[in-house]
Amino acid sequence: MSTQVTAAARTSLWEGGRSPYATNSKKFGMWLFIISDALTFSALLFAYTYSRVSNPDWPTPFHFNPSIIFSSVMTFALLTSSLTMVMAVHAMNNGNRTAAGRWILATMAAGATFVGLHMTEWMNLINHEHVTAASNPWGVPLFGATFFGITGLHMTHVVIGIIYLGIICQAVMRGKFKAEDVEVAGLYWHFVDLVWMFVFPLVYLMSAKI
Amino acid sequence: MSTHVEEIHAHGPSIPTFAKIWIALLALTAIEVFLAYEQVPTLIMLTALIGLSVVKAALIIGYFMHLKFERLSLFLTLFPMLIFCILLMLIFLGDATRLPNMRPGL
Repeated sequence: MSTQVTAAARTSLWEGGRSPYATNSKKFGMWLFIISDALTFSALLFAYTYSRVSNPDWPTPFHFNPSIIFSSVMTFALLTSSLTMVMAVHAMNNGNRTAAGRWILATMAAGATFVGLHMTEWMNLINHEHVTAASNPWGVPLFGATFFGITGLHMTHVVIGIIYLGIICQAVMRGKFKAEDVEVAGLYWHFVDLVWMFVFPLVYLMSAKI
Repeated sequence: MSTHVEEIHAHGPSIPTFAKIWIALLALTAIEVFLAYEQVPTLIMLTALIGLSVVKAALIIGYFMHLKFERLSLFLTLFPMLIFCILLMLIFLGDATRLPNMRPGL
């Protein structure tokens, strides 16, 4: 027995039969998805930054009240939802399904707050500032295209995340799914938070009306 | 069961650590909002905001997404190529700063 163990320790992790990352395949799959999605957002944000820097007359329509206050509160909601998601994973690891379910519900509520505030902010821009995806009063159509493109794709991710968490939540409450499933959902949710950490300063703060 | 729980505690951060990370993230966000109202050139503002955001991203990835406590091989498989691809995109950013000066009539 002891010789077998030593032999196994000597062979490389990469020779098969063992998990080289010491993680389950669902988690690794989610990491691969996150990296590819990160590249999508990087490309979009880079295209936006390029347009932003090369246009000295880029509009700065975001007033402190309501836009910057709204987006700051949205950032707070997402950061807090990440904390509650971590608590859900923690509770699930300790085998406390009821607490895990409640923490996931709290995460979904914070996510829904984010979407609600974001839609209000969109409607404010569309109705009061007359910005659409194709035109705006300042004659820089790229502003609307990049703004609605980036924040729209991000909001789609948040909505999908809320649905994903809802499915995980009802299963956890009914005693189905394992701790690793909650953890994988958590990875996705933290990623949505992570993307917003770049969207918020690049799209909102860079175009704040001073 | 008890050994299982201990194992999890042994290699993951505790609740106070998560709370500290959350407070740090909120503080960095507040600094960003403050910076947005300072009168500095666009590129300097961009660098400062992105710098702070990279710190926030590292905190989220390391602690919330648990990557700090995973095997190094997982990090090495996922991140160097992502960072490399993003740096490749940045090569073009110099053009963006030259474009305004190349406009006819300026």
